[in-house]
Amino acid sequence: MKLKLALFAGALALALGAASANAQTLRYAFQGNLNTLDPYGINETTTLALQGNVYEGLTKRDRDLKIIPGLAERWEILDNGLTWRFHLRRGVKFHNGEDLTSEDVVFSANRVRADTSDLRSRIDAGIQVVAVDPYTVDFKLKSPNPILHYEWDTWYIMSKKWAEANNAVAPSAPAATTPGYAVLNANGTGPFRITQHQIGVRTLFVKNPAWWGKVEHNLQEVIFTPITSAPTRVAALLSGEVDVIDPVPLQDIPRINASPNARVMEAPELRTIFMQLDQRRDELTGSSVKGKNPFKDVRVRRAFYQAIDIEAIRRQVMRGAAAPTPLLISPLLFERAGEFQRPAVDLAGANRLLDEAGYPRGADNTRFEVTLDCPNDRYVNDGAICQAVVAMLARIGVKINLQAVPRAQFFAKVLASGGYNTSFYLLGWTPGSFDSWNVLQNLVRCRDDTGSGGAGATNLGGYCNPRVDALTDQILVEADIAKRTALIAEAYRIITDEVSHIPLHQQTLAWGVAKNVELAQRADNQFLFHWVTKR
Amino acid sequence: MLAFILRRLAQAVVVLLTVSLIAFSLFRFVGDPVNQMVGQDTTVEQRAEIRRQLGLDDPIPVQFVRFVWNAAKFDFGTSYQNKQKVSKLIGERFPATMELALVSALFALFAGIPMGVYSGLRPHSWLSKLFQTVSLIGISLPTFLIGILLIFIFPVTLGVLKSFGRQGVVDLGWWTTGFLTVQGWSSLVLPAITLGLFQMTLIMRLVRSEMMEVLRTDYIKFARARGLTNRAVNFGHALKNTLIPVITITGLQIGSIIAFAIITETVFQWPGMGLMFLQAVQNVDIPIMSAYLLLVATLFVLINLIVDLLYVAVDPRIRIAGRAS
Repeated sequence: MKLKLALFAGALALALGAASANAQTLRYAFQGNLNTLDPYGINETTTLALQGNVYEGLTKRDRDLKIIPGLAERWEILDNGLTWRFHLRRGVKFHNGEDLTSEDVVFSANRVRADTSDLRSRIDAGIQVVAVDPYTVDFKLKSPNPILHYEWDTWYIMSKKWAEANNAVAPSAPAATTPGYAVLNANGTGPFRITQHQIGVRTLFVKNPAWWGKVEHNLQEVIFTPITSAPTRVAALLSGEVDVIDPVPLQDIPRINASPNARVMEAPELRTIFMQLDQRRDELTGSSVKGKNPFKDVRVRRAFYQAIDIEAIRRQVMRGAAAPTPLLISPLLFERAGEFQRPAVDLAGANRLLDEAGYPRGADNTRFEVTLDCPNDRYVNDGAICQAVVAMLARIGVKINLQAVPRAQFFAKVLASGGYNTSFYLLGWTPGSFDSWNVLQNLVRCRDDTGSGGAGATNLGGYCNPRVDALTDQILVEADIAKRTALIAEAYRIITDEVSHIPLHQQTLAWGVAKNVELAQRADNQFLFHWVTKR
Repeated sequence: MLAFILRRLAQAVVVLLTVSLIAFSLFRFVGDPVNQMVGQDTTVEQRAEIRRQLGLDDPIPVQFVRFVWNAAKFDFGTSYQNKQKVSKLIGERFPATMELALVSALFALFAGIPMGVYSGLRPHSWLSKLFQTVSLIGISLPTFLIGILLIFIFPVTLGVLKSFGRQGVVDLGWWTTGFLTVQGWSSLVLPAITLGLFQMTLIMRLVRSEMMEVLRTDYIKFARARGLTNRAVNFGHALKNTLIPVITITGLQIGSIIAFAIITETVFQWPGMGLMFLQAVQNVDIPIMSAYLLLVATLFVLINLIVDLLYVAVDPRIRIAGRAS
């Protein structure tokens, strides 16, 4: 009995204590889980963002995504671009008290390229990483690469000694049967430490008093909770039980803005939503056209593009929360994006193009049928966008059989594992490097079905143009920025003319934020705690 | 008797095997787990290699036999998503589901029986009509809607109770409990009501009709004729006889409460086994899905086995029939 009473009293004290500490406790709810603390475990935005409060890279990106010094104080490019030399910041300590040295950087460079890492794309396997002295590291390249450090914002530096001591030298393999130490424990250099982590339930971040940087936040701790159900997430914000939620469903934006204690922060996301037609197969799957592939004809592709009324989608389906785009990359990431424009909606022109291509309307007023594959739980209102497209294409006599399915099934069907089994699909893409080369390499380059090196792996429609491939290779090694941008523009010009894809829009980030919280909303959808102030 | 138990146990094993076989055939249609485990930059080759290592390329019968063989050794594998042992994950989530199920079952009993008794005794009073209306809501509204409604009324509008999670949890080492703190109770109340509302309705309607039935019988009339007080008649005689079917139903419903906690746990982000199962479905985390389905099947088989055994103990005719066949 006494024990019970003591427990009760203790718990009560804890509960009351937690309530009074609220002033500097940020409570953050996201729709998904934080499944691993290992920074090389999965290449996924939210996981990396949450880890980014604890771990840091050599370089960082500021609120506007500009690259700034991180654990490296400065860097220089030597040997005509073949050596990148990084000078480490002195006095940086890991959370367990050890000093950061160049050994840790070399270790992290090897670990991130290990077979079991999911972030191998961060550093090419051919690059040699050498510790020159305890605070200098050289990256020796085979050919120049002006964007070597573009993805390093999320290449986090780990401690060699800590990893060795805890049997975490290699990242946990996807097929691992024993949990790796780094999956549940973190030891970074960042402004917060993780002191509690229960997967799918709660993660506690506590301020790191020994952080090297200038502290811009005023938090003592952050409690991260996944809340899967969208109405519950919104209710938790409205009732003041959490301070930040991500994402807010579009239909709830007015309601949150009308509430006394919260608001919605909106901004265009980097992700581009697009559609693509299969230009590879000789006969489409799931289509009424036999013996040939209508999508190999650029007139048919253009007709589809012209028939999609993107303004109606923006207004009706996305409730205004979308920025229509003519490109496969966000205008924030390509300075010459302004030179490109979407074709105007032109139903008469689209009908004419289809007539010319040899697909006249039949007795039932349709030209042909085709299947559209669409996820219904991956992007903002993805299923509804596809439904709108079905109605729009019906106006030019194309009958669409819509297959809107959960993402697990969608990706299993349309990606390589399903044999690229689609004739027409909707997808979204954010280039991990924030650069056009990633877009061209993954979405546009001629597809190698064996998947070697990932060339064109996500070019599910199989668009192929050797000229664009040659440009892509040049873009990779061209160090002159102006020339490089011109090459990128040329590639985009070609694929726009040939309608390799049908870009739709940049969807909108919508975070629900309590009125007493100020934070920075980065366009890459990374929420970082060290830009949060709470009154 | 022993033969009967053995035969039932053999049947139970067949049921479990069937359940896992059906589950296994269904997993093929859920999607590709590998896409949920890696980022978009992972190459086709690397994805194929992961598939091979996980044994997903093996024929379904091979995968099934491997699963059954491991399950027989109580090894349910490792979660694809977070690399934790499934048995450990389920062990962590078990207390949350059990406490939720227990409280909602108690709520259903302690609210359902008095409401049923009252509306059985006074079927025409306005309060009885109110109970009837409430019970209609409990039966006709889907669970998630009831949950959202409660969240909207209590935490959002009135600012009381918690809308999500299991807070104020005390770790006793072998069990985590929310029973010991105010916070724990304030986050338990709404999900427990949501989950228990249907059962409460069921019990209330059952008690009501049984009460009305019993009150018409001769022994009640004789009891009244003997001059017993209303209280003694209603509670000592009538209610006692009403409770037998209620106990049977409650026992059988406990399995459903645990199994159907999935929706309630999702609405309230209650960190129990149901929520974990639903997230596993979204991520095609096959080890968690198969272990959970097997667990729920075992639970139902066990409850039914116990009920059957109790019947045998109570009613000798079943035993004889069993021997004859």
